[in-house]
Amino acid sequence: MNHRPITEDDLHAYVDRVLEPERQADVAAYLGDHPDVAKRVAAFTDQRYLLRTALAPIAEEPLPPELDLSRMIEQRARRPFAIRWAIAAMLLLFIGGAGGWVTRGALQVSPGGLLALAQEAAASYNVYAPDRIRPVEVRASDSAQLVQWVSDRLHRPVKIPDLAASGYRLMGGRLVATQQGPTAMFMYDDDHGSRLVLLTRPMSSTDQNKPMTPQSQGDVRGFAWADDGVGYSLVGQAAPEALRPIANEVRRQAGLI
Amino acid sequence: MKDMLLQVEPLIPALRRYARALVRHRANADDLVQDCLERAVGRWYQRRDGDVRAWLFTILHNLAVNQFRQSAARGRHVPIDEINEDKFGEAAAQEQKLMYRDVLNKLARLPDDQRAVLLFVAVEDLSYADAAKVLNIPVGTVMSRLSRARERLHQEIEGSSDETTKNVVTLRSAEK
Repeated sequence: MNHRPITEDDLHAYVDRVLEPERQADVAAYLGDHPDVAKRVAAFTDQRYLLRTALAPIAEEPLPPELDLSRMIEQRARRPFAIRWAIAAMLLLFIGGAGGWVTRGALQVSPGGLLALAQEAAASYNVYAPDRIRPVEVRASDSAQLVQWVSDRLHRPVKIPDLAASGYRLMGGRLVATQQGPTAMFMYDDDHGSRLVLLTRPMSSTDQNKPMTPQSQGDVRGFAWADDGVGYSLVGQAAPEALRPIANEVRRQAGLI
Repeated sequence: MKDMLLQVEPLIPALRRYARALVRHRANADDLVQDCLERAVGRWYQRRDGDVRAWLFTILHNLAVNQFRQSAARGRHVPIDEINEDKFGEAAAQEQKLMYRDVLNKLARLPDDQRAVLLFVAVEDLSYADAAKVLNIPVGTVMSRLSRARERLHQEIEGSSDETTKNVVTLRSAEK
């Protein structure tokens, strides 16, 4: 005889075959002794079988074209195109107005390239780092939400590097508009209030992998690189010798995704 | 997004089955599934860790519930059944088809919340815990709804077979 009494839940779990083998045997023995309950349980089992077979053909029907998942994914990636171009045009005007880029001999900036990303990082730094009211849109305290948001918009998992070992704390981040579409911006500061801006976004077909290169515009300096189709640019007003190890650290952590 | 395709695509048939069992009408059910998939694509990176299947069923179920509510508020007629029969078939297959149709009609008469639990557990093989999560109710409530759904469907099925027996008896007595 079993010790634990058989419950109504046991009977359903028996019908759904989710009981532990031992308990299953207990229930079976109980049903042997109680034909009325056994009849009810048998009816439930029949019912389960009947429902499954009645509904099975639906799952075997060929999928209609409107349920083509790969097409849906493709369309979603393409949808914000018009908006992207509008933003890109505005950004170009803005960069043109800000002007003064000293580039390393390259006057032609390929829009998806590393140089463009470095320019975008400097532009973001110039706009957001001096901002005392709302430098970031989502604060570090909501970093989980920030990660979800930018990962969703960039269509890829984005990780926020932890720069505590280099003396910089995450302040938060936001999405910025670039010619390549949505780009994640993260801002850090140290105990002296000096700020760093990190930009990251998928690269276009050019510059999928690029070694770390120094960039500068006025007193905004930094490094940009691309690994496996994702570009990064870290900029700030610190000296290049101070920035390089931090950029290396960001790159190391990004490689851990 | 490739991982999404790999994980979600094989589940589409089950989503269609659930939607169809819930709303009965093929085009409406597929509209719901399409809506569900589009949301899933948009929120893929926002989902918490856990069972993708339970996550998808949650989206689908909530969409269905919203639709029920809207059509109830509008007082619009929701098409109950869509007849989609092969023109010819063997008698046995026909009989079986009628039996299936009959059980689905009876399923449709269950209250919405009981029907959802029964479908998740008995047809979609969701664990009781996952069904609770999808429906956002305690496991105890899942069990009591499951019990009520099974009892009620059992009575419906029994009731109709009693009627058949009754008819036979009446015919026999009329023969005398």
